[in-house]
Amino acid sequence: MSLNGQSKIPQILKNHEAEVLADWLGEQMAAGIRKDLLKEIELREECREFLELFTDAIQQGNLTNIQSTEWRSVREMLTSVSRTRTQKGFTPTETANFVFSFKQPLFKRLRQELGQNGEALVEEILSASNLIDKLGLWTTEIYQKTREEVILRQQEELMELSTPVVKLWEGILALPIIGTLDSARTQIMMESLLEMIVQTGSQVAIIDITGVPTVDTLTAQHLLKTVTAARLMGADCIISGIRPQIAQTIVYLGVDLADITTKASLADAFVLALKRSGFAIARSKPTI
Amino acid sequence: MQKNEIISINSSSDVVLVRQAVRQFAVELAFSLINQTKIVTGASELARNTLEHGGGGTVNIEALDRGTRRGLRLTFEDSGPGIPDIELALKDGFTTGNGLGMGLSGTKRLVNEFEIVSRVGEGTRITITKWK
Repeated sequence: MSLNGQSKIPQILKNHEAEVLADWLGEQMAAGIRKDLLKEIELREECREFLELFTDAIQQGNLTNIQSTEWRSVREMLTSVSRTRTQKGFTPTETANFVFSFKQPLFKRLRQELGQNGEALVEEILSASNLIDKLGLWTTEIYQKTREEVILRQQEELMELSTPVVKLWEGILALPIIGTLDSARTQIMMESLLEMIVQTGSQVAIIDITGVPTVDTLTAQHLLKTVTAARLMGADCIISGIRPQIAQTIVYLGVDLADITTKASLADAFVLALKRSGFAIARSKPTI
Repeated sequence: MQKNEIISINSSSDVVLVRQAVRQFAVELAFSLINQTKIVTGASELARNTLEHGGGGTVNIEALDRGTRRGLRLTFEDSGPGIPDIELALKDGFTTGNGLGMGLSGTKRLVNEFEIVSRVGEGTRITITKWK
């Protein structure tokens, strides 16, 4: 704190609000804002709002703890700024610079006002710098959090996308699996498969694992469980898409898939499924 | 190429990372497709064991170059409860969890060299090597 125990910053900000705002805007424009992502008028509005809330908050005299109630509106404001910038595609540096660029105009003003009093100037600059660092880090934290939320949402969406059950023919379902077959996916896959078996009254389900890069014992176990569950519902399963290297690996691993009908390709499995359902495919005269 | 890489295994997504890293090493060493699949599958089994039975740990992936012989060595280490009876653990179908009980024994058949060191209460180290 300054010599009389009270920071001069609130008073200075109040007296020179317009100049500080202009300087700050100039600072950001000179550093180059992303004109493709943010309009100048929006930036001006954000700066004005921040400065207003910042002045209000700093007047309460708490320059060390930005998690306190005095700083709540500033935090909320920065949260929304950080969130919109994350969504617009700003980098973390660009987002944090919104706050960090405030240092220059503020320090300039402090120097002008307290230039005579070296000790007070150093004190004020130190505490202001600390404060702005904390606010800048806060925007980075929100940036990170917003990103994590996006990732989490995408994971969930991917999970739903990745387990479609399609009807190939009357009484024949197919379940193409792409990617890693972990417990969570197996659960969703089993649920949607069993649901579709009931809905369509299907007798045969083809599980295609062409898109599964690694079949280890856990994947095999998940497949076995799915097949057993489908069998309990009265549907037979065929596993297709077993590539030569996967076949060899399964043999070495010692996993027993002998109880399950397997085919190399989805086409083979489909022909078998049709045969089992009593359909025959015949070639008529080609029309093309 | 990079000679070794250490990956920590603390969640099931790390198991996927281990698989991908091992596959990349195997591809760079120009392993045949079948050997790639074997070493990746073995890595997947042991990484999951490290996670589930060892409570997490690390894997060190090393590319070996012995003149004309090239290979891939994976060392899985954890500081979990250890394996009291290794012979039993290596038996087909033996499991303490609810898996198939084929992971450890199956992995042994997938690779060329298999070494297991375990002390009860201290942890387990499993080293597998696949030559090209």
